[in-house]
Amino acid sequence: MINKVVNSAKDAVADIGNGSSLAVGGFGLVGVPNVLIQAVFDTGVKDLSIVSNNCGVDGGGLGILLEAGRISKVRASYIGTNKEFERQYLEGLIELELTPQGTLAEKMRSGGAGIPAFYTPAGVGTWVESGELPVKFDGKGGVERFSKPREAREFGGKKYILEETITTDFALVRAYKADTQGNCVFRKTARNFNPNAAMAGRVTIVEAEQIVEPGELDPEAIHLPGIYVQRVVQLTKEQATLKGIEQMTVRQRG
Amino acid sequence: MALTREGLAMRASKELRNGEYVNLGIGLPTLIPNYLDPSVSVILHTENGLLGVGPYPYPDEVDPDLINAGKEVVTTLPGASFFDSALSFSMIRGGKVDLAILGAMEVSCSGDLANWIIPGKLVKGMGGAMDLVHGAKRVIVLMEHLSKNGKSKLLAKCSLPLTGTQVVHRVITDLCVFDTSPKGFILRELAPDVTLEEVIKSTDAPVIDQRR
Repeated sequence: MINKVVNSAKDAVADIGNGSSLAVGGFGLVGVPNVLIQAVFDTGVKDLSIVSNNCGVDGGGLGILLEAGRISKVRASYIGTNKEFERQYLEGLIELELTPQGTLAEKMRSGGAGIPAFYTPAGVGTWVESGELPVKFDGKGGVERFSKPREAREFGGKKYILEETITTDFALVRAYKADTQGNCVFRKTARNFNPNAAMAGRVTIVEAEQIVEPGELDPEAIHLPGIYVQRVVQLTKEQATLKGIEQMTVRQRG
Repeated sequence: MALTREGLAMRASKELRNGEYVNLGIGLPTLIPNYLDPSVSVILHTENGLLGVGPYPYPDEVDPDLINAGKEVVTTLPGASFFDSALSFSMIRGGKVDLAILGAMEVSCSGDLANWIIPGKLVKGMGGAMDLVHGAKRVIVLMEHLSKNGKSKLLAKCSLPLTGTQVVHRVITDLCVFDTSPKGFILRELAPDVTLEEVIKSTDAPVIDQRR
């Protein structure tokens, strides 16, 4: 019987090499495959090309790879308050293709769906369409390379731009439950980019808070079919429960 | 007197209609549900993958896996659903979201919006804004009329790189409510004790007074 469970995160990421491309799930601190990211960090690989909505936070998630200078290219929608990410981009240390969030998610999904490109209205009339987004700064205040201008076309009187989709060498994914065949269930808003990243990866590695036997997950309730998953790693109880919160917005009773 | 942040959120809450699916941007727009008339029931969408966003949790309800797009912990209401990012933006792009309310750095009278980068100073990234402004049926900007340096954020033409062109329908500021048009901002309302002259002086675009 198929069993995709790998003994350790270390074994699961062992063939990720210098220059590999990685699609990584997560939004903010939620649903981030932190244990796999740490394992990638521990291998010492560099020159990584990352596709992820954010690039972690200062000191957390993908931030550990970023701060160690292991990332050379990022495709993301949001920098936000990640100062190190902004600094490396503006100083020309990394390439960054800022991509509208929905376009980024669809690039991953449709990459894994065998669709090479799609038209979207997002970015029409902006630097995304005109190819004026600085992708790499030269470190002296100038721009070394700009984004590629997009082909535009009208459908039904409305303008759209053509976006090429993304597949990656590997995908790193955080799931709530996975079975040994790789079927995955996600929890609440920790789903976010995880199923999309999983589809984009040629080799998709899942860290699961809980691994169960085939048949224990309701086939009607599976969010990501196991065909998109090659390896599954069981998290320890501590790893599974260690979750960060960025904005602790609570109300009081009474 | 110009509206406070709370006053702005209160005014914006009147834009929400019963039964609408609504996406609220990060910051000021997240205050809007606090002021919603109890007779109006809407379903809030957050682009990280949830329809049916509820209020902030009580301390013993906090769940790190349950956040909104502003990375704030939230709750779900009965009837809520979770989905992945591609599906979340499918419903946006597909025109299923009735209303999006978001912040801005600049808005032009023709409805152009700039809210993701100040070249040389600040790069936030566009996040989901470029998708949202094309997908939502109505796009409303909620912001202060003037920048911190006292310059108008309402212009004949935006000076910052754009998020979208001709996408904003209405702007609610601390001074007034404007609708957009190629010929100028159409004035719909003044905030209490704000004069027409003050609005004209604070707006770097033609103002067409069409108050009732």
